Amino acid sequence: MKIHEYQGKEILRKFGVATPRGKACFSVDEAVKAAGELGGKVWVVKAQIHAGGRGKGGGVKVAKSMDEVRQYAGQILGMQLKTHQTGPEGQKVRRLLIEEGADIKKELYVGMVVDRVTQKVCLMASSEGGMDIEEVAAHTPEKIHKVFVDPAAGLKDAEADDVARKIGVPEASVPQARSVLQGLYKAFWETDASLAEINPLILTGDGKVIALDAKMNFDSNALFRHEDIVAMRDLDEEDPAEIEASKYDLSYISLDGNIGCLVNGAGLAMATMDTIKLFGAEPANFLDVGGGATTEKVTEAFKLMLGNPKVKGILVNIFGGIMRCDTIATGVVAAAKEVHLSVPLVVRMRGTNEDIGKQILKDSGLPIISASDMADAAQKIVAAVSGK
Amino acid sequence: MSILINKNTRVVTQGITGKTGQFHTKMSKEYANGANCYVAGVNPKKAGESYEGIPIFASVKEAKKQTGVNTSVIYVPPPFAAAAIWEAVEAELDLVICITEGIPVRDMVEVKDKMRKAGSKTILCGPNCPGIITPDEIKIGIMPGHIHMKGRIGVVSRSGTLTYEAVGQLSDLGLGQSTAVGIGGDPVNGLKHKDVLELFMNDPDTDAVIMIGEIGGSDEEAAAQWYASECKNKKPVVGFIAGVTAPPGKRMGHAGAIISGGKGTAQEKLAVMEACGIRTTKNPAEMGRLLKSVL
Repeated sequence: MKIHEYQGKEILRKFGVATPRGKACFSVDEAVKAAGELGGKVWVVKAQIHAGGRGKGGGVKVAKSMDEVRQYAGQILGMQLKTHQTGPEGQKVRRLLIEEGADIKKELYVGMVVDRVTQKVCLMASSEGGMDIEEVAAHTPEKIHKVFVDPAAGLKDAEADDVARKIGVPEASVPQARSVLQGLYKAFWETDASLAEINPLILTGDGKVIALDAKMNFDSNALFRHEDIVAMRDLDEEDPAEIEASKYDLSYISLDGNIGCLVNGAGLAMATMDTIKLFGAEPANFLDVGGGATTEKVTEAFKLMLGNPKVKGILVNIFGGIMRCDTIATGVVAAAKEVHLSVPLVVRMRGTNEDIGKQILKDSGLPIISASDMADAAQKIVAAVSGK
Repeated sequence: MSILINKNTRVVTQGITGKTGQFHTKMSKEYANGANCYVAGVNPKKAGESYEGIPIFASVKEAKKQTGVNTSVIYVPPPFAAAAIWEAVEAELDLVICITEGIPVRDMVEVKDKMRKAGSKTILCGPNCPGIITPDEIKIGIMPGHIHMKGRIGVVSRSGTLTYEAVGQLSDLGLGQSTAVGIGGDPVNGLKHKDVLELFMNDPDTDAVIMIGEIGGSDEEAAAQWYASECKNKKPVVGFIAGVTAPPGKRMGHAGAIISGGKGTAQEKLAVMEACGIRTTKNPAEMGRLLKSVL
């Protein structure tokens, strides 16, 4: 689960990480009022969307007067902000963060993820802040310093200080950097984060160490123990189809192609998408119906796929194990009837009660195209969609 | 022979009183030598009771003491599953197979750290995996037993139904399996591709291996590189990686199936595997035939 920058900063502050003072706003008037309350002469107007790269897309502006605050807030609120992470259609800006300006002397980078090889939290830090860290990693990997944190001990003073010095924090500011790094680690660990990133972490003219940005993602499997974080979820930032899918315990991701796929199992679902591509078309979605697919779930899955106007055909690929093919076939027939299916449907079934399942599809009187294996299924749906 | 489990394995089910644990324990008990293999269940509140003739004990330690179990299978719900793994480790079982899906990553980081620091010899398979099967001997997990066939091909995979797909193709071609191992789709887990590959390489009754991976992480690359340096020409290995069409930053069902920071793409994995002497296919319907072609 993702949250906004201002929410990430709220969490970081609780763990002792210094951030600029700021306020989340939902209207231009609120933004102006917030700037007045913050005081000072310089404010930053920041678009709050879940995607990164907001500055380059015109979603972050420095205002030097109240008029500019009003002007920039008006420009940014409601805009379709396009960044390298939003896709070509962009993301509508519905929230702003108004912050006091900062005296930036140096920009640094710190981030945390769980490293799969060492199976520990990995702290990554670099003197090259403010940039795309993937670029830094690709071109100058020696500028990224890593610490693999012992889960029982946490981030030790000496480890934090060492990293701070390596990324160019002056001696006088090392104690502050230590509390930022340890606070970030504690925040990451205690909230079950899957990603925490401060880019940039800045050194100010007077030697302070401040988080100018905050990006946090959370392990969705751990949300059951974090009600406060669940409350930060912003459904406006998520794909409505994916939200709908999650209500029915379906794992669904929208993609750009025109062939809907309904599959049981994540690996088989990806393999099915790949097979469609192999035969020259593109999948419209990833959809794993899981192990306990009922008629209701299958019907909802069909509605989801057909809710996408790009879908010109559907491929159902089921390997029946514990879930029997006849159960799925009954679900497919019921779903196809309920949604008055008007696009070609190819079904491939293998496994438990395969023959009964195929008979149910045949007896339904529906124009369902049967396929013998995954490749056959993909070729048939690709042909049907392209009108061959 | 086989790897990890055989007809002499003795199993305790942790979570035997839940719906999933009961269903799969019953199915597994009915498979091959299951009636002799499934000898204990655990539930501290139901010690002294039984399920399908299987006695229930208060703890894994007690189950081991009374029945001599050496392997555990876990169906405990996600919030309690890591503690269940640790209980089995503390009881010094040889193998723990954790089927549970949805365990928080932090819980797995903690339990794996404790296992390392304790110098534990217990092998963990999973979590979020279908389990392990040695056809005609024993099935531990949720896979459909009837698609398997006894034979000499090793199968190792991160996913469930895609493993069944590969097994089904092999059986259709008359190629039986020595053991099929589902290592699971979570980012922090026990057995890795490389570990299972090594076991298969050393198993005199496995002639070739099919390795199925997916996007995310670098386990497949690590296994391929190990194979290239230690075992090339020993036994043929073929592979498939799911997720060529997956976009970066999107989690494809499994918690571990995500391309991040430009790493973990299917293309990259396939290229490394090919360079290491592992034949790959981009067509998952061809996995079985590809394996047959290298025998």
